[in-house]
Amino acid sequence: MRDLTERALDTAASLGARYADVRIVRRHEESIAIKTGRVEGVASNETEGFGIRVLVDGAWGFASSHILTGTEADRVAGEAVRIARASATALREPAVLDDRPPAYGRYETPVDEDPFDVPLETKIADLLAADQAASAVKGIAFTESMYAAQREWKTFAATDGSFTEQTITHVGSAVEANAVEGDEHQRRSYPDSGGGWQAAGYEYIRSLDLAARAEPLADEAVELLTAPQCPSGRFTIILDPSQLYLQVHESCGHPTELDRVFGTEASYAGTSFLTTDKLGSGFRYGSELVTIVADATASGGMGTFGWDDEGVAAQAVPLVQDGIFAGYLSSRETAPRIGRSSSGAMRADGWNRIPLIRMTNINLLPRPGMSLDDIVADTDDGLYLASNRSWSIDDRRLNFQFATEVAYEIKGGKKGRLFKNPTYTGITYEFWRSCDAVGDERSYVMLGTPNCGKGEPSQTGHVGHAVPGARFRDVQVGVGKW
Amino acid sequence: MNDDRARDALDLAERALDAAMQGGVTEAEALVIAEDEALTRFANSQIHQNVAEIDVTVNLRVAIGKRVGVASSGRTDAEGLRRLAENATAIARVVEELEDWAGLPGPTPAAPVAAGFAQSTAAASPELRADAVRQVISAADDAGVTAYGSFSSGTETAAVANSLGVRVGGTRTIAQLLTVSMGPDGGSGYAEQAAVDVDAIDATAIGREAAGKARATANAVSLDAGDYPVVLEEYAVVDLLDMLGYLGFSALAVQEERSFVELGKRIGSDLVTIIDDGQDPAGIPMGFDYEGVAKRRVDLLDRGICRGVVYDSQTAARDDVASTGHGLPAPNPWGPFPLNMVMAAGDQSRDDLIGGLDRGLLVTRFHYTNPVHPKLAIITGMTRDGTFLVEGGRIVGPVKNLRFTQSYLDALACTVGVARERRTLRGFLGGVVVPAIRLEAWTFTGTTEH
Repeated sequence: MRDLTERALDTAASLGARYADVRIVRRHEESIAIKTGRVEGVASNETEGFGIRVLVDGAWGFASSHILTGTEADRVAGEAVRIARASATALREPAVLDDRPPAYGRYETPVDEDPFDVPLETKIADLLAADQAASAVKGIAFTESMYAAQREWKTFAATDGSFTEQTITHVGSAVEANAVEGDEHQRRSYPDSGGGWQAAGYEYIRSLDLAARAEPLADEAVELLTAPQCPSGRFTIILDPSQLYLQVHESCGHPTELDRVFGTEASYAGTSFLTTDKLGSGFRYGSELVTIVADATASGGMGTFGWDDEGVAAQAVPLVQDGIFAGYLSSRETAPRIGRSSSGAMRADGWNRIPLIRMTNINLLPRPGMSLDDIVADTDDGLYLASNRSWSIDDRRLNFQFATEVAYEIKGGKKGRLFKNPTYTGITYEFWRSCDAVGDERSYVMLGTPNCGKGEPSQTGHVGHAVPGARFRDVQVGVGKW
Repeated sequence: MNDDRARDALDLAERALDAAMQGGVTEAEALVIAEDEALTRFANSQIHQNVAEIDVTVNLRVAIGKRVGVASSGRTDAEGLRRLAENATAIARVVEELEDWAGLPGPTPAAPVAAGFAQSTAAASPELRADAVRQVISAADDAGVTAYGSFSSGTETAAVANSLGVRVGGTRTIAQLLTVSMGPDGGSGYAEQAAVDVDAIDATAIGREAAGKARATANAVSLDAGDYPVVLEEYAVVDLLDMLGYLGFSALAVQEERSFVELGKRIGSDLVTIIDDGQDPAGIPMGFDYEGVAKRRVDLLDRGICRGVVYDSQTAARDDVASTGHGLPAPNPWGPFPLNMVMAAGDQSRDDLIGGLDRGLLVTRFHYTNPVHPKLAIITGMTRDGTFLVEGGRIVGPVKNLRFTQSYLDALACTVGVARERRTLRGFLGGVVVPAIRLEAWTFTGTTEH
């Protein structure tokens, strides 16, 4: 690898790049998809290539290729420099990078049971057992179950002498039961609607115990078909971790991405209401119970690594501290503009994509004192919402609306009957300010998503979210029409 | 087959197929996708990202009887193809039989789609894209606003070879310029153009359209949520077609009873006709699908009546019909999708549509839409980059963005005007050709601060 990285960097420098970095990435993926007891697809995928990012006269260029030869490294480096020179023809503020010490070393995801060593037959049988347990329930129209594993071998080198090697392993799995009758289509999924995902080995999949959870899950999907429509109005709501992680993702993770704040995602995903004037001003993002960190060192999180894709070491950065807006996800280019150093959040989706500011593990920290059950018991009248069904938020990350798979009525501190088709909506900071209970370690769980979209060309990010459950007061539920 | 890239890709597919058949499988299909893509991104009226890539993927599907395995790889040398065949075959040996496995599709006559390729796009340089971006920025500068956006150009070659004799290959190109202009008083405007031929992209016109709208939306005022008649510009109509294609116009969705489609049922007004046509030169054409089956025109909605859904080979076999050429790369648990949707033009001008609103809203585009109730196609999302109050048939001023929660089926049913002009745009399912439309009612359910 060193021969290729050195040649690419030397060529880029000789052509005029003041800074260059190169990543060689090999990715191996394996997936199993089961539908209603039938193995629909088992696939394996391997991809390998390299990408060179150069800074020429303050302008960026990036080129990539799947051909791993010295000659191709020269060609791609030359292409990157040519692209950077074209960028320079429409440049108003040259890019400047913060100082960081050159990065050296190796990192590997801790794995107890290598998912790629577990026999395929075992993985299929485990997933089939869960899927069949769900599909056997009377009234279930179809089930969908998935397993996936991904391993990346990544070598990073830069003209400042940095050289790191990382091996990152992620696994995920889920079972989903669907009941259909007339115009009604209800589903329940476990561990959440996107699946349970961690940076771990097959031991995580075993810990999910999908087969044991499948039947009650399917029963609930069928029950939802005849459940009453969730009422509309102002309610106290408790969010299960299977929904709260996505609330954190959309309403805290994305708006704290500093590139969005500076407008570089404006034409696609949008900007952010967390403008830089709010940093250090005491802006109240949430109640004093709300502390959110970006922690690239968190155990099991899909945003955990040794160094980001600019060679910045993994770190934990407060985003919201006791309710006050405290920091951003940032890069070597954006952080100096607010007088800070990079938070180490630059991540690329493979060898053929440029690093962008991405979430690492955006975690809502638990509060000692109340378990999630305690919070329910402490709620006289409300709704308990679990597992996401749809999500939407405006282009400054203010107005959101989520739907969940299920709502449980809470009366007198007890969860009761089901409601179907629940939705809730609000304005981000008003919602988080209404948080009056955050669960303790007993409900704190690492979840995440492998489908975080951002950037053009589009990139899919693997990000982690550790959250407990939490309670929010006076939230608008439903839209009043159905 | 019309080009060297396609010949090379088909040669690679045949080598992968040979490697697979040597492993004792009963059927095999090799799909090669070779991409050469570049994208120039700008923000704050300057280029800030500028990227290029070349990539090739070989996707191998093999069957041993009714046991099917799929593997893919970026390696194209003999050893890489041998390993790929081993991986796919190893999977096929351990999975259970698919009882209704219909086998791979056989050859179908495929008409060449010359309109899908432009040499100018294949040869587009970073300097060409930068020049266009400077035109957009210049238009923004002239209007006193700031430009954001991207300009992409790309070539995709696909080739399919299978053990039943399918041998097809072709190359297509697509270029897309989109921009958001933002003004100092909160104004925001959007414009976009997609085309096979990069030379057809009019950067100055796109820049002026977005900049003009950013000026026109300055100092927007709040409007209460509620039901309003609307005119949806083409950028918003794309989302209707995308969502309906994703949720319902697929044979698999019908077979799994999660689609709103019932053949013969009326779901739209007489003014709504939607087809999928991979041969339509007004769109972004493609001649065959990722199983190598020739694309057929499918009437999805004919004057509001459900007439058809799209099929791949497996869903077609279940219904005992022929594939319509809408298969995706295997493995594909999501089913076929319409990738070339076209909505028929109407007879009204844009001014006619707006003039028909007594009190309503003109909506430029939607943002972050997602299904709330898939079977009823109830979608939530936000307006963005240009929402205007219309009274007495005239635009009276900009309003702040609104959240909607709306059945897209109900929207089709209350379509009362369709524009005669159409735009070619890029949706998430592929190229689409759409007009602006006027609807009797649209349900807005929330407001925001900008």
